[in-house]
Amino acid sequence: MRGLQKKIAGHLLGLIATILIGGFLSASLVRLAPGFEVDERELDPHLSAQSLQALRDSRRQDENIFHFYLHYLSQAARGDFGKSVALGQPVRTLLRDRAPLTMRLIAIGLTLSWSLTVTFALSAAWLRLSIYDTATTMLSGVFLCIPAAVLALLSVLWNVPGSLAIALIVFPGTYRYTRNLSLKAYAQPHILAARAKGLSEARILFWHVVPVVAPQLLAVAGVSVSMAIGATIPVEALCGFAGIGQLAWQAAMARDLPLLVNITVLVTLVTLLANSGADVIGSVIRGQEA
Amino acid sequence: MKRHNRQFRCPALSAPTAKALAVLVFCLVSICTRSLAQGGGLRFCLHAEPKTFDPLKVDDDASGAIRYLTGGVLVRENRQTQQLEPGLALSWKVSSDGREISFRLRSGVSFSDGTPFSAEDVAYTVQQLMDPALHSPTGDVFRSGAGSVETKVISQTQISIRFPAPVAGLAALFDQVAIMSVRSPKKEMAVLGPFMVGDYKPGSSVVLNRNPYYWKTDAQGRKLPYLDSIHLDIQPNRDVELLRFKREELDLINSLDSEYFDKVSASSPQVVHDAGPSLDSEQLWFNQVAKAPIPGYKRNWFRSTAFRRAISQAINRDDLSRVVYHGHAQPALGPFSPANKFWFNANLKPQIYSPETALKALQGEGFRMENGTLKDKEGNEVVFSIITNAGNKQREHMAVLIQDDLQKIGIHVNVVTLDFPSLIERMTQTFDYEAIILGLTNVDLDPNNEMNVWLSSSENHQWNPSQKTPETEWEAEIDRLMREQASAADLNKRKEAFDRVQEIVAEQQPFIFLINKNALSAVSTSVRGAAPVILWPQTYWNAESLMVAGK
Amino acid sequence: MSLWQKLACAALVLVVLASFAANWLAPAGYAHQYREATDAPPSRTHWLGTDELGRDRFARVLYGTRISLLLAPAAALLSTLLAALIGGIAGYLGGAWKRAAMAVTDLFLSLPWLFLLITARALLPLNVSPLVSVMVTFLLLGLLGWTSAARVLCASAALLRGSDFVRQARAAGINGRRLFWMHVLPNLKPVLFAQFWISIPVFILSEANLGILGLGVAEPMPSWGSLLKELEGLVSVGEEPWKFVPLILLVIVVTSFQILLSRQQEVAA
Repeated sequence: MRGLQKKIAGHLLGLIATILIGGFLSASLVRLAPGFEVDERELDPHLSAQSLQALRDSRRQDENIFHFYLHYLSQAARGDFGKSVALGQPVRTLLRDRAPLTMRLIAIGLTLSWSLTVTFALSAAWLRLSIYDTATTMLSGVFLCIPAAVLALLSVLWNVPGSLAIALIVFPGTYRYTRNLSLKAYAQPHILAARAKGLSEARILFWHVVPVVAPQLLAVAGVSVSMAIGATIPVEALCGFAGIGQLAWQAAMARDLPLLVNITVLVTLVTLLANSGADVIGSVIRGQEA
Repeated sequence: MKRHNRQFRCPALSAPTAKALAVLVFCLVSICTRSLAQGGGLRFCLHAEPKTFDPLKVDDDASGAIRYLTGGVLVRENRQTQQLEPGLALSWKVSSDGREISFRLRSGVSFSDGTPFSAEDVAYTVQQLMDPALHSPTGDVFRSGAGSVETKVISQTQISIRFPAPVAGLAALFDQVAIMSVRSPKKEMAVLGPFMVGDYKPGSSVVLNRNPYYWKTDAQGRKLPYLDSIHLDIQPNRDVELLRFKREELDLINSLDSEYFDKVSASSPQVVHDAGPSLDSEQLWFNQVAKAPIPGYKRNWFRSTAFRRAISQAINRDDLSRVVYHGHAQPALGPFSPANKFWFNANLKPQIYSPETALKALQGEGFRMENGTLKDKEGNEVVFSIITNAGNKQREHMAVLIQDDLQKIGIHVNVVTLDFPSLIERMTQTFDYEAIILGLTNVDLDPNNEMNVWLSSSENHQWNPSQKTPETEWEAEIDRLMREQASAADLNKRKEAFDRVQEIVAEQQPFIFLINKNALSAVSTSVRGAAPVILWPQTYWNAESLMVAGK
Repeated sequence: MSLWQKLACAALVLVVLASFAANWLAPAGYAHQYREATDAPPSRTHWLGTDELGRDRFARVLYGTRISLLLAPAAALLSTLLAALIGGIAGYLGGAWKRAAMAVTDLFLSLPWLFLLITARALLPLNVSPLVSVMVTFLLLGLLGWTSAARVLCASAALLRGSDFVRQARAAGINGRRLFWMHVLPNLKPVLFAQFWISIPVFILSEANLGILGLGVAEPMPSWGSLLKELEGLVSVGEEPWKFVPLILLVIVVTSFQILLSRQQEVAA
């Protein structure tokens, strides 16, 4: 029992360290990229020299990245995540207001995408028809080749939910991994033998294929969360959803340091949870099998 | 630049005729629509998040739109007739020295929360606006000299405001100053305009509701505005905006892209409007900054008047307008478009496209053609890059056409698109660029608002900013003329000075002006009373008298 | 070789040959602007019509193929190799190695790389040749694109680590390095192929999107990505079907790659 507690504590510590490093790296990336110290408003010829200077000074507050990050952390420890530079609102409110929409979008998108994936991959593996396989490959190829922005635009054009666009952006990736993995699992000698012996397809699937592919598919599932997060940016921007994806893009274009750092920390947290979750479940399955 | 402000229209009508017509049209419209009990709700898009609802801090398009629709101003510049009209002020008078303005105010007016309006509110607003710590662009245009502004409340309906130095075009500047209440607990959310902010969902929409206390009535004595509400969707993507307009989810598009104009026009010609050339201009300029990190020989080209003029001559502006803007743009002549009727210098000659003359001029300067490549006196190949902001398709396309045009005189151009912050950093801080295509904000009709663009000491003097002393004679001359027009009380004297500035710019080509865009818009047939104009906000300038049928 | 495989091979060969015959098939070149015939529908002179600046779309597709078809697979190969090394080794070694490598991978998945790319553009000179710019872009894509695959590979390698044949091999005294290269890596093929296949179109499209940062192919040079970007201005699907030709071509190429790879994989299995 003590051992398990220690292990969990170790994992948690690793998690926190990764998140802290993520926040710092993202702040450094933003800070070092060109365009950090400028503001579009500088080009307004209305502004007097004094106002222009004041505008620039306000951007320079976050000059020292270490100073900024330490300050950010000490504030965050007290529950204050700073204020967005571009939107002038507390980051906490911005994220709280927008998170539900993005979470719903990702959840529905992933559910749809995985339903499609499982249906197609299993049917391809069962049918073992090369024409069917080619057709599904081509279909996933089409969605892979259409730019994400075009898929999002089409969802607006045809008035379909944005989550479907996310599903179709994620689908080719998850499908390809799943199909390749399950094909390999089905090609194992003992499964061929089981088939030859006339074992039912369901029994083969659940007793012999799933245990082999499950840990790997779980890893794909973990990664698909990251893919879906990436897909929310074009989908939310084009469909006019006020979610975190849209906010992230706005923040990037405005070099909104406090907002970007918080979004990165949030994304890192979600990515870590999804992937470590997949790892843990995967190792449990593996452990059982062994 | 992304912002486009206050443009003008230019139909071949004199102002009185236009006014008469407008009244006639308005009467007809009101007769036709009398059966409509209510004005309904209007829907259109803002292209960015409004950064503030405080009218004094407005510094972006979206906030500007909300200020226009909700703010009550003392004086309103009628976007159609281009004349100043009484707003909250019944009349006004500017002193002969141009330093003082006095207003006689409307009585019996209330803010949207019922708080009565008086001269004290005007005094409060002006004091807030001129607070040096506020750094408001609206306030900065009033700042012509050091010292503070004095406001004197004479009575509940009379006020005079005295500035430390003469302010050119003083009365028109109040078109931007939305009056705030000194007493209302709702602060800047208590407004005097036709609408008030009802609901704001960040990232998604702003709903403006009818202000029940709005003072204005129509010719029949009906209270304005007709509309019950305006629903503003925040949608940066123009493709999506067009899609939603076609699906009748939006009632108007304020600035339509030229490529979409023809697409919409093909299916429903009655909804699109081309109001003619606007004040918007697009220009190319070379980096003339002494300390810029570019090779010395390149700086010598860019600083040579003959080189800049040759480039200007080698650009086919007709093609820019025809190919890139589908004909919905005019080749530009100078800083102001012909649409700015009073201030435009009608003596400017159009730039004739002639690669042969350009090449000859360059050869006269010691450049020579070798195997299709132009080389300078020292044998350096003439190669430079043009940067522009990514995502602006028209600018990218113009850059590619110019690239092709200049190839004809042996000049190789690299086109690089950059994200906006990177571009601004290169342009204003590191000066690490060679040439740039942008459209600088054209502010109002009065050249005084462009003071910071033309003064060589200013940071917004883009081609060579913040000069301690003017580095060229012609820049010194422009400095002198701009200061002269700012301090002259006589309008014609001011015009004379600015005409000369336009001539110098045409001679020297520090900005190579390319085209003036037309003001394009789309208005659904369900909107009654719309009369799109050139001046911003093209379609909803008369929002208070618009109606939406069938909703 | 099956029929499908032959077809896939033929399609790829045809596309490659056509792109190399571009000078002959489209002698006017990809940059010539027919300014009198902009946005034209297909005709005898312009088989796929012209783009908004009057450039022959057929020529642009052919020349774009050269760049995209050469560089995207190269970048995909790079990212697949990186994924195999990082994910495979981490999964194979397990323990603290695995945890550290996966933490790095998760960080890579979450960081705003946009800013690294913006910085990369700032470090390149403005007057850079289009080819250098596009090569740098694909290199960056290859260097950043390995993360998802590494996670899956790590899980697969971890699975192999505990498998009987690896244990047997170890017991037989085969050293670690040889075991990894000869026995573990080949068994990761399904994931490696998936990664390679997905990366090609993803990189082709990303290259065009990086145009907004001043990276990628510079005007007037075409790439498949920039041709596909034309579809983003789409207001209705049926109006200009010829604009879909680059997309169809890309789908054909990508499918052909997959068919060839997938048969390979079945043979291997």
